[in-house]
Amino acid sequence: MTDATSNSGSVMDRKPDLSAKRVSRRYAAEARFQAYGLGAIFIAVAVLVWLLGTIVFQGLPAFTQYKATVDVTFDADEVDPENLAAANYQALARRALYDRFPNVTARRDKRELSSVLSGGADITLKEFVEADPSVIGTTRKVQVSVSDSMDTFLKGQMTDIEERRPDTELVPSAIEGEVSLLASGNVFADILAGVKVELEAQAEDVLSSARRERRGIGILENDLEALQARANEAVGEEREGLLARVADLESDINARIRKLSGLDERAAFLYNTARSSGGSLDLTEAMPSVLIEVNGGVVKAKKVANDQIEGTAFIPLQSSAAAASGDWTVVTYVTPERGRQVKDQTATWLRELQKDGAIESTFADVLFTKGDSRAPEQAGLWGAVVGSFLTLIITLMLSFPIGVLAAIYLEEFAPQNRITDLIEVNINNLAAVPSIVFGLLGLAMFLNFFVLPRSAPLVGGMVLALMTLPTIIIATRAALKAVPPSIREAALGIGASKVQVITHHVLPLAMPGILTGTIIGMAQALGETAPLLMIGMVAFIVDVPTGFTDPATVLPVQIYIWADSPERAFVAKTSAAIMVLLTFLIMMNALAVLLRRRFERRW
Amino acid sequence: MSATTLILIILVLSYIGYLLGRSKARSIAGGELVSLHSLPSYHGAYVAVWCGIPALLLLALWVVLEPQVADMILRSNLPDSTISGLTPPQLSLLITDIKNLATGNIVSREVDPALQAAADGYSSALWISNMALIVVALSVAILGIGYARGHIEKELRARNRVERVVRIIMVVASTIAIFTTIGIVASLIFEASRFFARVSFLEFLFGLQWSPQTAIRAEQVGSSGAFGAVPIFAGTFLITIIAMCVAVPVGLFSAIYMSEYAGPKFRSVAKPILEVLAGVPTVVYGFFAALTVAPMFRGFGESIGLDVSSESALAAGMVMGVMIIPFVSSLSDDVMNAVPQTLRDGSFALGATKSETIKQVILPAALPGIVGAVLLAVSRAIGETMIVVMAAGLAANLTANPLEAVTTVTVQIVTLLVGDQEFDSAKTLAAFALGLVLFFITLCLNVFALSIVRKYREKYD
Repeated sequence: MTDATSNSGSVMDRKPDLSAKRVSRRYAAEARFQAYGLGAIFIAVAVLVWLLGTIVFQGLPAFTQYKATVDVTFDADEVDPENLAAANYQALARRALYDRFPNVTARRDKRELSSVLSGGADITLKEFVEADPSVIGTTRKVQVSVSDSMDTFLKGQMTDIEERRPDTELVPSAIEGEVSLLASGNVFADILAGVKVELEAQAEDVLSSARRERRGIGILENDLEALQARANEAVGEEREGLLARVADLESDINARIRKLSGLDERAAFLYNTARSSGGSLDLTEAMPSVLIEVNGGVVKAKKVANDQIEGTAFIPLQSSAAAASGDWTVVTYVTPERGRQVKDQTATWLRELQKDGAIESTFADVLFTKGDSRAPEQAGLWGAVVGSFLTLIITLMLSFPIGVLAAIYLEEFAPQNRITDLIEVNINNLAAVPSIVFGLLGLAMFLNFFVLPRSAPLVGGMVLALMTLPTIIIATRAALKAVPPSIREAALGIGASKVQVITHHVLPLAMPGILTGTIIGMAQALGETAPLLMIGMVAFIVDVPTGFTDPATVLPVQIYIWADSPERAFVAKTSAAIMVLLTFLIMMNALAVLLRRRFERRW
Repeated sequence: MSATTLILIILVLSYIGYLLGRSKARSIAGGELVSLHSLPSYHGAYVAVWCGIPALLLLALWVVLEPQVADMILRSNLPDSTISGLTPPQLSLLITDIKNLATGNIVSREVDPALQAAADGYSSALWISNMALIVVALSVAILGIGYARGHIEKELRARNRVERVVRIIMVVASTIAIFTTIGIVASLIFEASRFFARVSFLEFLFGLQWSPQTAIRAEQVGSSGAFGAVPIFAGTFLITIIAMCVAVPVGLFSAIYMSEYAGPKFRSVAKPILEVLAGVPTVVYGFFAALTVAPMFRGFGESIGLDVSSESALAAGMVMGVMIIPFVSSLSDDVMNAVPQTLRDGSFALGATKSETIKQVILPAALPGIVGAVLLAVSRAIGETMIVVMAAGLAANLTANPLEAVTTVTVQIVTLLVGDQEFDSAKTLAAFALGLVLFFITLCLNVFALSIVRKYREKYD
């Protein structure tokens, strides 16, 4: 204002800048501002899509599971019809595999072979026998899940597999043990080239560590000079000490120089091998694995030349006759063996089983029939689904009546006084209290003071009921408020009591809104994790709960437990569990929307 | 017979009481219903109330008191020779063992005859209590029916009485919110005071060292844990700031676009999508942060030569920010919609563009409401648990570097309380002290924010 009074003249003089430049600048600012807004929404939506996309992408594979069909002999000596539980079913399953690969004899190989099947194979076999005891003494085909790392391998998540059938002839030198395969053309040249690239990379590594070493030596030599100079100036005991250090340093430097020359030599050797043409080079664990399938056998390449491969027969060849062009296959596992849980040997067995048609991808029914397990291929969600259901029943039974009654009282009966105000402030605050605090309440009150059972859906439901109470009260009050007073007045006018007005007229009209709020509250409760961790629902529970006081866990907590497990297969399981949880949430919210659309009346 | 079955039986009895009362009222009226003060169904309800409520109250009281009483009886019945020389923890272990023996669970010691006798005594006491409960509760229910049914007459003001009971039940239901708050405050203060009896309050609030691991044996190294919570508060603060840096700009700009620019069609699509972000369970965000976002940041950091921790505050904070976006946007949306149209019209009339109106008229007018919304979001971020439990670190580093791992109040509460716990160690009790701080801070933020928002609303009403 002071400005205007003192310089009123200049204000009057200042003409608005109406130049096209300024106008276009203002319009540009306008467009920019609008773009920021749209960009913000776009970011939020993009993150949502990214989140859901990641989970669906990771989770879908967990809905299928690979199973192997094996011929199991239910020997009467092993399976006692009187005492089915006592038999060693795991041994039966193992034997079925040993029978399929009779040439596996070494103990280590056998152990490796038995790791193909899931640790839960015994349960499958036991259930198989229990369902039909007449199989004892016969050999039957039984479908058993493979272990989790095999499943990951078969789903192609562990390594890419390349196959090609070169059109030259291949002559094996032997049928088992160390085998050399001679091709009638330079068909292995690309493998050899790959090895050379790998060697060159190794040479680079060696060279760079040599360079580091050389720098280190330079620094040490400077130190040595300085030390020598100090030693020359010092006298007496100090001189002795310094001279000793000089000697130490000298020997250290010499050792390093020897090491450096070793490194240099190694690098030069690697470069020479990598750059020489042709030759025969070793394949190591750090390079992609090459396996040759020829004449019904499999040879793992250990040494490769342009036209020749030497290696070990993992599966013996049926003959050492020359294989015609196109009749043999080069299989490459792109991920080096060192970085894989499933080694080449095991992968070969899996391929053999696949060729038999014994391995099949099936729907992962274990997810919806079993409880939790430490082994990913046996871990199911059913226990958590039932636990969530039981917990939500308790929550609903407590929070719905209490919430609705409280809301009716506050909206229709309560006098406007301090206590009512206090209650209202309290409800609003409870809605914003961090959920974990409710967990602390449950732990201190329900578990320690009232000594209710730990990990039980009963206590979980009670804690969640306290949490959802504010949501239901607020929604119910809004629904009651939306019913016009004319309804109440009309009912009162024809002689209904206040309680009758509410139970006969207001409540039925408000019910869609109340139910919508309740379902949304239940959906919140279904997704809640933190308070349940506090009351011990995070325990590892294998059995499916059957009652309100059984130890149980719920879906979100199961997700938390699985997400913490180190096995790779649990990542997919966790995502699958999230998909199940989100499906339930979407269904509940869709129901809420439907109720609102279908029954809500606008007055 | 379990409590659930008993409740069901009492409910069935109440329904029978309802039918009996109704038919009695009808027979008294003798065809002239007008002669009754209340409708027959109210007489029925009157009988049902007399049958069900005393019995259910008794049942609730019994269930609450039974463990305590049984415990007392068990303790008083133990021979002195067994108890003498036992410290309280040893005694409670003995009691637990006896209970486990009685229920057929695994026991941690050799079973001697005295123990077996105590267990037998305990289980028989439980059995007697259970039987007594069934008998007493059912007889109370039946007596209630008889008493109320005897009272039914034409002049009985059954409706008024039933309605009074309904009203009392409503009052009780609405005070549960207060009791919940009292329960939270009481249990937090009670356990926290036990903590502060061991660790000084000032050390907890201002100490710079947090290592709650207390050794089991006294002579072990590092037997006294350090309980200085400053690194935890700093970590919480850091993650909250990162979350707000994501949530406030994105949320606010979305709200501006939604309320000022978007047409009804765009709004009807975009708004629910944003709300989906709020509906995704936090454990899902935690999984996403820990397994997708954190490794991505780490890889990105490595590629440009930065050392990013795999549990960096940045990843946890950013994902938490995404979770809070809808919170900020929907609250600010409401607030901006509440700004009167006249202010906008005035600004347009002066020749301002839409963005100038927003920046210079609407935002200043809506500022208090927006601040309230942001404060509510901050309180939400401080109390958020699962994202940080899964994606933030455990070690209490005092650092302001978002690329390092920090820990938060909620993470510490969860790590201290999940798993084996002994309820008299400072380590476990520290969780309640942290919980008290958390509750207090969020409560202050909420009250403050809600009062701002309310004051703001009143301004334009």
